[in-house]
Amino acid sequence: MNISCFGLSHQTASVEIRERFAIADSALPEALLRLRTIEGVEEGLIVSTCNRTEFYVAGGVSQLPPARFFQEFYKGLRSGDEPHFFGLWAESCVHHLFRVVSGLESMVVGETEIFGQVKRAYETAVREKATGRRLNKLFQKSFHVGKQVRSSTAVGRGSISVGSVAVDLAEQIFGKLEGCKVMVLGAGDTSEKMARSFKTRGARQIFVSNRSFDRAQVLAQETGGRAIRFEQWEKEFADLDILVTSTSAPHAIVTVEKIGPVLKRRGDRPLFMIDVAVPRDIDPDVHRLDGVYVYDLDALQSMAERSMEARKQEAAGGDRLIAKHVLEFQNWLEKSANPMINPGARLASAFAKPTGATRCEAD
Amino acid sequence: MIERSRLVLSMHLDFISSFIFASDRTWIWLAAYCFVLASAYSGYTLFAGKFMAPRLTFGLVVAGFLCQTIFLGVRGHEVGRCPITNFFELLTFLSWSMILIYLVIGSSYRLSLLGVFTTPFAGVLSIWALLQPESEAVPIKHPVNPWLEAHTSFSIVACGAFALAGLAGLMYLIQERQLKTRRPSLVFFRLPPIRTLVVANSRLLWLGFGLFSIGLATGFMIGQDVDWRKVAWSLVIWALYGGILLARIRHSMATRWVATLSIVVFGLLLSMFWGIRFISEMPPVR
Repeated sequence: MNISCFGLSHQTASVEIRERFAIADSALPEALLRLRTIEGVEEGLIVSTCNRTEFYVAGGVSQLPPARFFQEFYKGLRSGDEPHFFGLWAESCVHHLFRVVSGLESMVVGETEIFGQVKRAYETAVREKATGRRLNKLFQKSFHVGKQVRSSTAVGRGSISVGSVAVDLAEQIFGKLEGCKVMVLGAGDTSEKMARSFKTRGARQIFVSNRSFDRAQVLAQETGGRAIRFEQWEKEFADLDILVTSTSAPHAIVTVEKIGPVLKRRGDRPLFMIDVAVPRDIDPDVHRLDGVYVYDLDALQSMAERSMEARKQEAAGGDRLIAKHVLEFQNWLEKSANPMINPGARLASAFAKPTGATRCEAD
Repeated sequence: MIERSRLVLSMHLDFISSFIFASDRTWIWLAAYCFVLASAYSGYTLFAGKFMAPRLTFGLVVAGFLCQTIFLGVRGHEVGRCPITNFFELLTFLSWSMILIYLVIGSSYRLSLLGVFTTPFAGVLSIWALLQPESEAVPIKHPVNPWLEAHTSFSIVACGAFALAGLAGLMYLIQERQLKTRRPSLVFFRLPPIRTLVVANSRLLWLGFGLFSIGLATGFMIGQDVDWRKVAWSLVIWALYGGILLARIRHSMATRWVATLSIVVFGLLLSMFWGIRFISEMPPVR
């Protein structure tokens, strides 16, 4: 009796390979049915996201090489596919799942989306009656572990994209963004992403100004904001809280001379400026003015990189927690498999590995 | 009926203070212990970036505040007036006022982390009070002068508000510095937003200024001989805070300077406590 995982992920396969093996949500019920037709599979569950396709099974398939499992499920592999598969058994499989749910196996370490994706996969499998006692316990435990890892470590803390770093900074300057006036200068892709980020976090007053007024109108409409003509943006400046610039102007369009007199009228309200243009739209000296904070692309990028590094360091703490829970689950599984045998024998028999390797890449 | 209730209450207070505690100073020891514990815990979680349980810090602050309140109640009963009759009581009352204002404004302005800065200060004030040699209750025979009571209590509660304004100013300077260096640390994301700190600093300055003004005004109504050195010193502090607020209204001073002055002037105010004590031991100038 054993629990195994067969799969491929962003760590073992490129997107071109992954997309061939991905299973759409709508196809999951049928895939679960097919999974249970494989000999030895007693319980099964499929997690399929853009970064991984993994099959969790309970039953007598632990000796199966990963490539053989994929062959049996997909009925037709291409040459060169085999090295991208992996197979994990017993505690290695449990450990892997706990890491996946905690976001430690994700491309962006600590991201939270995977938690919901695994939960939905589990719900589908339960609905299709594909899971049993062992996988139910395993996945319920994994959700508990995932939550604990996130709350007890800083693995999900800090933003790791330029846009979210900028919005986090804005929140730490102004508190809630509902009452903030945001102006976007330039209506390119970056501006659009920034405007959307601010809107998502609650900003209600968004102004868009662009040399092409039509383009400004389109972006304003998409973000629920107001378009203003490029010649008029300075008039709105006194009431602004956040300015995002990404124009293609060859020189700085926001200078100390231009905004210095306006600042006196603003009182003690801080002004946050995000300059994502290259060359920069905001004169670096503006950052020296009292109550004005200018962050350019380099500053935001460096913050995002530091967050990523910090998350990776926190992952070690998450692993320690996971190891404890793997042991607990292992004990439960052994006890439930054979309650009469002594603990030492249980450990040896129920979790005997099929090979010396705990993580087996396909041969 | 009221007299009888008072008698029963006083009997209970006497019983509790004599039976459980050899001295009412023990309440201040307990309060100091709570504040130091809260400071150590919140400071550690803030700077080490660990998971923070705000309820634990808040619980310790409330426990410390209750100990102080019990002390002030027992001591007030013993001396028969507002317990600000010696330097020990004055420092305790100041610490109590600061925590009172923190508890009132902390949740309103999302400034729960102000506790990280408030509790060490309250702890220091409590320990400073405990180091005072003259701390025993000395019942005063002459009748209570309500103007004197109002003057002292309003002035000290105002000091509590000014203390918190200084702490909000300090937090503002920390946040501002981090934003200007463009390398905000974990602490930056744990402290309150900079805009909230500006608003809190401003409101606390106004609150302190209003209370201090009432304290000064009631001081003139006491009807006793006035030591003009104390009055002059108090007026200087009042004028300085008034100047800061005026500059803030007219936007003629950078926020950074307002925050800095909130700290500096509070430092002067704190030195006034020494000053008043020093003056009290000298022959008065009338």
